[in-house]
Amino acid sequence: MARLKNILLPDRYINQVVPTNGFTTHLTFFTSAAMAFLIVFSLAISFAADRLAQNWSDSLANSATLRVSAPLAGLESQTEAALNVLSNTKGIKSFRLLKAEEQQALLEPWFGPKVPISNLPMPRLISIEEDENGYDRVGLKLRLAAEVPSAVLDDHTRWREPLLKAAYRIWFLGWLSIGLVFFIVISMMSIVTRAALSSNKKVIEVLRLVGATDQYIAAAFVRKFAFRAFFGSMLGAFGASMMLFLLPSEADQTVILAGVRLEGFEWSWLIVVPLSFFVFTFLTARIASLSILRYLT
Amino acid sequence: MEGVSYSYGEELLSELDVSISQGSFYFLTGPSGSGKTTFLKMCYGSLIPTSGKLSVFGKNSSGWSRDEIAYLRRKIGVVHQDCQFLDHLNVADNIALPIRVSARNSLSDSVNLKELLNWVGLYHRSQALPPELSGGERQRAALARAIIMSPDIILADEPTGNIDWEMSQRLIRLLIELNQMGKTVVIATHDLNLIRFTKASVQARVLRISNKTIQLAGSDL
Repeated sequence: MARLKNILLPDRYINQVVPTNGFTTHLTFFTSAAMAFLIVFSLAISFAADRLAQNWSDSLANSATLRVSAPLAGLESQTEAALNVLSNTKGIKSFRLLKAEEQQALLEPWFGPKVPISNLPMPRLISIEEDENGYDRVGLKLRLAAEVPSAVLDDHTRWREPLLKAAYRIWFLGWLSIGLVFFIVISMMSIVTRAALSSNKKVIEVLRLVGATDQYIAAAFVRKFAFRAFFGSMLGAFGASMMLFLLPSEADQTVILAGVRLEGFEWSWLIVVPLSFFVFTFLTARIASLSILRYLT
Repeated sequence: MEGVSYSYGEELLSELDVSISQGSFYFLTGPSGSGKTTFLKMCYGSLIPTSGKLSVFGKNSSGWSRDEIAYLRRKIGVVHQDCQFLDHLNVADNIALPIRVSARNSLSDSVNLKELLNWVGLYHRSQALPPELSGGERQRAALARAIIMSPDIILADEPTGNIDWEMSQRLIRLLIELNQMGKTVVIATHDLNLIRFTKASVQARVLRISNKTIQLAGSDL
């Protein structure tokens, strides 16, 4: 506890023991800023992918579509039969036959706005919404097969699963990127610590001559790096949050990166990221410096 | 020291048997490269003997941990010929360095930095940076830093090597004064005039290192 207090509380003198004009301290600051920027951006992408997956999952999970495709002569009777089956099925909250205009709207992205849909042998679509208990899919399929052989029940599984998989992959890649960035930060800190100790051999020699322990010498270097990394990462996280504000909102679906933002508690990551940098930098620099000092004579 | 040897690949010091008592004043002489600096470095734990038994304050050097060596150096003041300082800190901060690294937070009330700076005649230069000091001022600053922790032993390695005779006399008078306060002083030098000058004021013994061994020199010096 006392050691932690010594590290965290301001100590003008220990801050002065190591010269501040070394390139290593500037490198730590700017690299931390860049890495924190990347981490916050990766987090925003991950969270956006997670939200998107959740939305898709929620909107498609409790719904299904029944498609009745029969020759024009029997289409009406088959549709009536299908509606009848649905009305007698437990677990269905509501169902609705889609109007011709709604079907046309569904086809618009592929065929354009002025398709004479009424002249085409289009199947009839029935939108189904299940209640909280859900319905027996296998039972319904068997009944439909018996009573409305031309009907096909689509519970959206084949749409939902690839979408969820894609969203999960984006989420996973986001977190993998964050892990890799922290790996780079740790590697960088090991190299920077080694470089700083090598370029300050005279300082170490003088400190040892006057009775400084390895812990004291390491603390002098570690404090410098940990605080530089903390302030650098704060700058990077702030820059990333500004960038996220400038990105288009979720409502604008026509633009790439729409909805990439932090929401609610996710904003707390702007504090967590710099603190993580402090902890990672502190631990890495301390372990590296103590192991180097052990062999530096 | 009992049968202490030190080797840098080739043996430099062999089977040294020396005992330095508290409050004594010793000179260490010998030709360049004879091992004077190595002898002193072993005394403050910078080098560990390759064989033999070296005890400082009753503790055997073979068992010294890294932290113990650091604590040992707080009880031994060291003055080098090249006076190593932190060039980015002023003279006062450099002199206070041993206190800072041992106590961390503040200068002890018992240590009066101003008084110490006055004693070595550097009060007016306390805010200067080490590269701005003359050779004599650097040596006096190094001496002030060496004694700020009130060490029991002061080891000086060619302390007058880079300064003129007048400044050498001034420095040696400070060391004599410290010896009269009960501190043990060991000075490595090959300056015979300095030894004669000192012996006129204090009972100083001379240890001579030659041919890898150490001997107590006679009164011819």
